[in-house]
Amino acid sequence: MNNLLKGALLGCTIAASASVYADTVINGAGATFPYPVYAKWAEQYNKETGVKLNYQAIGSGGGIKQIIAKTVDFGASDAPLSKDKLDKEGLVQFPAVMGSIVAVVNLPGVKAGELKLSGELLADIYLGKVKSWDDKAIAELNSGVKLPHTPIYTVHRSDGSGTTYNFTDYLARVSSDWKSKVGVDKEVAWPQEAHQLGGKGNAGVANFVKRTKGSIGYVEYAYAKTNDLAYTQMKNKDGKYVLPTMEAFQAAAANADWANAPGFKLILNDQPGAASWPMTAATFILMHKSQANEATAKEVLKFFEWSYANGDALASELEYVPMPDNVVKMVETMWHSDIKTAGGKAVY
Amino acid sequence: MTAISLRAFSWQGDDLFRRACLTSAGLISVLMFAILLSLCIGAWPALENFGIGFFFSSEWNPVTKEFGAANALYGTLVSSIIAVFLALPVGLGVAIFLSELCPVWLSRPLSIAIELLAAVPSIIYGMWGLFVFAPWFSEGFQVWAAEHLSELPLIGPLFSGPPMGVGLLTSGIILAFMILPILTSLIKEALSTVPKVLREATYGIGATQFEVIIKVLLPAIKGPIFGALILALGRALGETMAITFVIGGAQSIDSSLFMPATSISATIAEQFNEATGDMHISALIGLGLVLFMITFIVMGSARVLLRRKAK
Repeated sequence: MNNLLKGALLGCTIAASASVYADTVINGAGATFPYPVYAKWAEQYNKETGVKLNYQAIGSGGGIKQIIAKTVDFGASDAPLSKDKLDKEGLVQFPAVMGSIVAVVNLPGVKAGELKLSGELLADIYLGKVKSWDDKAIAELNSGVKLPHTPIYTVHRSDGSGTTYNFTDYLARVSSDWKSKVGVDKEVAWPQEAHQLGGKGNAGVANFVKRTKGSIGYVEYAYAKTNDLAYTQMKNKDGKYVLPTMEAFQAAAANADWANAPGFKLILNDQPGAASWPMTAATFILMHKSQANEATAKEVLKFFEWSYANGDALASELEYVPMPDNVVKMVETMWHSDIKTAGGKAVY
Repeated sequence: MTAISLRAFSWQGDDLFRRACLTSAGLISVLMFAILLSLCIGAWPALENFGIGFFFSSEWNPVTKEFGAANALYGTLVSSIIAVFLALPVGLGVAIFLSELCPVWLSRPLSIAIELLAAVPSIIYGMWGLFVFAPWFSEGFQVWAAEHLSELPLIGPLFSGPPMGVGLLTSGIILAFMILPILTSLIKEALSTVPKVLREATYGIGATQFEVIIKVLLPAIKGPIFGALILALGRALGETMAITFVIGGAQSIDSSLFMPATSISATIAEQFNEATGDMHISALIGLGLVLFMITFIVMGSARVLLRRKAK
């Protein structure tokens, strides 16, 4: 939390101090999840170039609306738009940075990384089919772990969120039951069969899990770490159990097939690879293909080019996963070919 | 300046003042109507699609685009009623103490303290509720209640369920804190309007202080107490931020007051930003329309009842 808070605070400080430069300002709005890292990047970038980034964390839905209405220079969304939707609105999208989701539990005596879960089991727990911690399905995977006979309380996000979108997307990929009964969205009808509890924001979920014995929740990795929550191991697509580590997140990103994802619409859940963490998600930037103001568009792209090249350490510090170099190359090629001025000249 | 011109000026001033007041009053009606109209327009796609069922369906599923207001409506009404139910006896007690029993040196600081409760921003109540009250409530009351009360007939189901700390009852209690200042100050105000001679006359025929309060003062301010209750209820119905924190954010209706639920304002606050698709947004505006209507009906019926009493 401390780091996130610091990022947010620094973001505010830049907003206040940058007026001395008073030259170039780029405006962005959207997803709240990447806000701390954008703020951190913007701070450093401002120091080096004097360019100021004004980013409003109003939520992914808001980001999409604002960029379509052309009130901002770029929009940001956790859930990628489909190629059709992009084409319809004359937009392009590219991944900026990645985060990962972990399952966290509150079981007395069970430490972080001790409990093993599979995607199917996680889905069954949230569906209310597995109701007790000593259920056979959980015990089978965890022979050495002492599981109490207590009911399972499932904690979810009560506000619409990209985290929920990516989490339900993962469950739908590994469980046909989840796919048909609940589905995928930023906000879903959580099955009533489970003892469900909704927390506002990552912080709300973390707080409920921390406090409620026998609960399980899903949060961004940074929140699990800063709240000292007991994350679980997850079984990945290759059938291996992995711990949530930076290496595992990066493995998922590296193994993803970006080259065959039209409009960079790729959700990084359940990617192949023995070391891959199964719940990883990129957050996206949206821009118009045709740019009326060439200079500003150029500044936006310059900012992200700088972030890709110099922002890795800052991102990792805040528990975000930088984009792999091969993806960055593809993104930059796309900028050159797709983002044009009104006259058809490449902006970048 | 002659007397006549002064007269003419002040007549003009009166007329101007009258018109200005009339315009202001008219503006309020126009605003109210405009709000209602824009809510209706915004909610129309949802109302047209789900019909009257929108108000009674407990289905809230953004994936299948099925929306109904029942969950949120239930949570709003139940949490507000709990709040009024809990705040009334306390508010009455405080008001009677302040106006009848309290020594003068204590009355002012106490009144100020109560009024300061109203100055606390609602998000502070929400955060306090979530981080301080809910954990304490879970271990201090809910565990005990689940053991001792949940087996009772009739009221048992209300107090069963997992002790999670947040939920309908918790939001009702937090709301009770929030409406306490308005209840107390209104009742106190009403008590101060009871003529002094009335009290003195009752003491004169040998009544005790208790009898004066119960048999004279309370009956004399029955109407205003009811009015204060309705105003407090109106405040509770619309409260957003505090409720969003402590109600538990679950789209469900459960017989237990311990279970997480949702309210109209909480649903709107949590989902509006990330609403996907026009139907979702329209349904959220529809919820706003429902809240507008309940508040309108509550306030309206209070007026009617009060007028009948006054006759």
